[in-house]
Amino acid sequence: MASLTIDGQRIEFSEGQTIIEAATAAGVYIPHLCHKPGYTPHGSCKLCTVNVNGRNCSACTFPAAEGQAVLNNTEQLKQDRRKITQMLFVEGNHLCPSCEKSGNCQLQAVGYQLNMLDNHFPHFYPHRAVDASHPEILIDHNRCIFCNLCVRASREKDGKNVFGISGRGINKRLIINSATGQLKDSDIDVNDSAAHICPTGAILIKHTAYQAPIGERIYDHHSIDEVALEQEHGK
Amino acid sequence: MANKLKVATTSLAGCFGCHMSFLDLDERLLALIEVAEFDRSPLTDIEHCHPCDIGLIEGGVCNSENVHVLREFRKNCKILVAVGACAINGGLPALRNHIPLEECLLEAYRDGIGVENPQIPNDPELPLLLDKVRPIHEVVKVDYFLPGCPPSADVFWAFLTALLDGREPSLPYDLVHYD
Repeated sequence: MASLTIDGQRIEFSEGQTIIEAATAAGVYIPHLCHKPGYTPHGSCKLCTVNVNGRNCSACTFPAAEGQAVLNNTEQLKQDRRKITQMLFVEGNHLCPSCEKSGNCQLQAVGYQLNMLDNHFPHFYPHRAVDASHPEILIDHNRCIFCNLCVRASREKDGKNVFGISGRGINKRLIINSATGQLKDSDIDVNDSAAHICPTGAILIKHTAYQAPIGERIYDHHSIDEVALEQEHGK
Repeated sequence: MANKLKVATTSLAGCFGCHMSFLDLDERLLALIEVAEFDRSPLTDIEHCHPCDIGLIEGGVCNSENVHVLREFRKNCKILVAVGACAINGGLPALRNHIPLEECLLEAYRDGIGVENPQIPNDPELPLLLDKVRPIHEVVKVDYFLPGCPPSADVFWAFLTALLDGREPSLPYDLVHYD
């Protein structure tokens, strides 16, 4: 079987796997937000940046190849990932104390895992809207990180086309495919994958907030590397 | 102890929740005051900062007075610490940042439900509001950050004891929270 190394550890992979797929299968965590097993890789959040034979690339899109020397858990990459996460925080309005996803949020959990204590950069405080039109699903654009998972989930799993990303740079935004642009007029159903896949608090199911008390939320006592490996690898 | 560590604290655009959490040190406060003394702080009522070792800043910057106080702390404190979510990212007061200031004032003092004697306060003693609430690192250099809403007493303890012992402060996973 073909193999590569991650931080010196030999890992076997099968033909066609990406580096992050090979790593997950071997029980090695590479931080990620826009990657989810079973979905077409997107390569946008850049958290899974690893160093392959001396060059940085996204582990979620880069194919595993025989003999690659991959660096993952280095101080430099940890610093890079922390900066990336800080940029994600200042580009949106991520105010954890007032967010019902707090404690169960992957963006927050990545910050914890990277020991990110501040946001470092000046805050954009962008003006973003809330779409509360749908009776069962809430969209808070303040918390969207444009990971594209809801877009992919709607198209690939739900057989619909509810979401899209429009605009570029600072004007980038999540748009909804309906005549009014509002969620209530779209094809989405509360049981759709797209309604449940958001890694942050941008897409929420109404009437389910704060069910787990502080101390019993997903990331209160388990770091995201433990949780992700358990979910994605079954370890 | 002859040379106690001098600590100053203040709450800018904060709710004093971080100060309350600091007081949750409970009996550990007795150990702390053996080696530290408070300068300017709501706990002492000392009005202005003297040269200090540590300045703990709760809250973000929402008005001109906050800017002056923050600069006074920076000038006098060897180590300046952003304490809590508001000091680090503006926090809940920053929820007003996408609303024009005039609209905020009109809603609060003229048009809001239940407002009596509607008028926007304009006493010259009142500090002018900034157009946006800002985290303190956008105004002065900040040396350390203690996240949390509020940071738990254990966070303060871990941080202060590290400094007192001459160690580089760090927070383990269980002490890092943004809420």
